[in-house]
Amino acid sequence: MENNKSNDILDDYIDKEYEFGFVTDIEMEVAPKGLNEDTIHFISAKKEEPQWLRDWRMKAYHSFLKQPEPTWQNFELPKVDFQAISYYAAPKSGAKYKSLDEVDPALLETFEKLGIPLSEQKLLSGVAVDAVFDSVSVATTFKETLKEHGVIFCSISEAVKEHPELVQKYLGSVVPYSDNLYAALNAAAFSDGSFVYIPKGVRCPMELSTYFRINTQNTGQFERTLIIADEGSYVSYLEGCTAPKRDENQLHAAVVELIALDHAEIKYSTVQNWYPGDKDGKGGIYNFVTKRGVCKGAHAKISWTQVETGSAITWKYPSVILQGDHSSGEFYSVAVTRNKQVADTGTKMFHIGKNTRSRIISKGISAGEGQNTYRGLVQVGSKAENARNFTQCDSLLIGDRCGAHTFPYIESKNNTAMIEHEATTSKIGEDQLFYLNQRGIETEKAVALIVNGYAREVLNQLPMEFAVEAQKLLSISLEGSVG
Amino acid sequence: MLSIKNLQAGIDGKQILKGINLEVNAGEVHAIMGPNGSGKSSLASVLAGRETYEVTGGEVIFDGKNLLDLSVEDRAREGLFLAFQYPIEIPGVSNINFLRTALNEIRAYRQEPPMDAKEFLRMTKEKQQLVEFDAKLVNRSLNEGFSGGEKKRNEIFQLAMLEPKLAILDETDSGLDIDALRIVSNGVNKLRSDKNAFVVITHYQRLLEYIVPDFVHVLYNGRIVKSGTKELALELEERGYDWIKEPAYSNS
Ligand SMILES: Nc1ncnc2c1ncn2[C@@H]1O[C@H](COP(=O)(O)OP(=O)(O)O)[C@@H](O)[C@H]1O
Repeated sequence: MENNKSNDILDDYIDKEYEFGFVTDIEMEVAPKGLNEDTIHFISAKKEEPQWLRDWRMKAYHSFLKQPEPTWQNFELPKVDFQAISYYAAPKSGAKYKSLDEVDPALLETFEKLGIPLSEQKLLSGVAVDAVFDSVSVATTFKETLKEHGVIFCSISEAVKEHPELVQKYLGSVVPYSDNLYAALNAAAFSDGSFVYIPKGVRCPMELSTYFRINTQNTGQFERTLIIADEGSYVSYLEGCTAPKRDENQLHAAVVELIALDHAEIKYSTVQNWYPGDKDGKGGIYNFVTKRGVCKGAHAKISWTQVETGSAITWKYPSVILQGDHSSGEFYSVAVTRNKQVADTGTKMFHIGKNTRSRIISKGISAGEGQNTYRGLVQVGSKAENARNFTQCDSLLIGDRCGAHTFPYIESKNNTAMIEHEATTSKIGEDQLFYLNQRGIETEKAVALIVNGYAREVLNQLPMEFAVEAQKLLSISLEGSVG
Repeated sequence: MLSIKNLQAGIDGKQILKGINLEVNAGEVHAIMGPNGSGKSSLASVLAGRETYEVTGGEVIFDGKNLLDLSVEDRAREGLFLAFQYPIEIPGVSNINFLRTALNEIRAYRQEPPMDAKEFLRMTKEKQQLVEFDAKLVNRSLNEGFSGGEKKRNEIFQLAMLEPKLAILDETDSGLDIDALRIVSNGVNKLRSDKNAFVVITHYQRLLEYIVPDFVHVLYNGRIVKSGTKELALELEERGYDWIKEPAYSNS
């Protein structure tokens, strides 16, 4: 009786709509499919790029051609036909707008529907947003307010023009173009993304946020984010993302680089809700992303928080290079997989400086036939005296067709290092559900309550404005996965 | 309020409840006693709707509704509360958030608006003091790392907050020291009214010195074999259970 009931509810769930699956009907300029030197020239020309950047892209492209496909991942890597993708898609009405009045109403409407109003009256107070639609940034809000504090927040295309010295100095300094296949692809073909610079001693007065939207069919999104926190500064940054429902897979190969100088702190949060594909695993985004930060200066701090509920495959390891003495890195993650979704995610913490600290809290949730892998590397260099790491890696299973896997790697070359690792696997118990049901709480809500409780430590890291959203997202993405 | 007629239920084809009859009216406290394994907890579970049990016969009317037709959560929303013998831990979910969710679910079922935050906090404080529940525990994760006694006291706190019509206490006294037993009993006594009713399951008569029942029933081998008033509990204390095990004492 029990089992039938849970299967029924599972079946109901199968038709559950992805809330953000609509398509915006807008005239787009789309580059012809395929990747070759001409494509790179085309993108550079569109963006009127300086020679150094054109050269850099070209080197990246040649590196991409030589890169082997990775083989170590814990899932079958689908064959991505790089020639079947268009590498540039921008609204025809103009790539970059001087003011919101110039932005195509269809675009404003799209972001509004996604809960990201861009007109200043409706803005979320305390959050500045850069909205990226396919290959281009359409608007960045609160620019003036930020300027007063010396904070630069703009699209990366704009930064290349306005702040070339900063971009040239740091672009590729944390994730070199040769890092891996997808990083090389991104360096060659990136079309837009966000740029942030926080000057010395400035505490950024509001949350910065970028919202990524893939719209056009047969395109990929290859955005690049570069955040520089100068000495003694602080910034909290958040990215969100969605895409329409489509039967074919779309590639999202982003690169994020964070640079924290002496005593600077960067908090980077992600709420990832790309289209996950349907119940049979048809369609969905391949989310193959390279994210890395460097604590360049002493006492610098970088913290990654991610809530991953979307994408057909999520494959990324937001990492921290702990170069400065007394620097610290954190990674907080909740990854949900259901239906046929796959997540192979985790982090790498490279302890190089003395007295460096890292903390890893990973919470995997698998439902349906979802597969969830945690993969983490803690590396302690020979000069990293008194390095400390704590890793907590938990898996929650819902149903008996899903899977959880953990691959913790530890490499220590310094015997003063202290590395702790804890791991648990649990199931949502029938007795837990019965207990909550008996208090008047229906199963769906009970699961949401249990899952949110399980993920609490990670959700608590999110900026207030987004914690509630993330909580809702977790509940919605698991709706109907338990009977 | 509660009318159980010839209730039969079992697990995996093994019959455990073999025809229970019981009438509980508003304002009454019924004690259910009996030796281990006689089916006391099973009765509580079946009334609450635990799915491991299969009901094979009989009927249960709760406040005019056929209880056995309702889902577990609807039974709770109709006003049936089970204080668990072994309360469950839910890590990361605060006691208070859990209670607020529960209370508002129950209110929504009754087509009442959600309780506003201020009123909820006021009520929390009042009830926490009423049943002498440690204020520190109110904000902790639900039962996580609570001692056995704290868990039992939390059940009574929840009972106070949710204000059910019928509360079934399943061996709430087990594992309590004498002070905790007194506090728990005081709490229950304060919550008694002419509008609600209690079914108190216990193995020992000790609890009944604090929560004085109107009726005492002895459950044996899946049947109520004897019913009486509180004196019956004393008699059982003195004579043990052996003498009631004779089928001749069956009251049905
Ligand atoms: N989950 C179960 N599976 C099989 N038999 C059970 C289960 N739970 C209880 N029983 C059986 O049901 C009978 C009654 O148990 P229970 O209701 O716990 O009695 P009591 O509460 O009076 O001690 C016992 O014979 C017990 O072994």
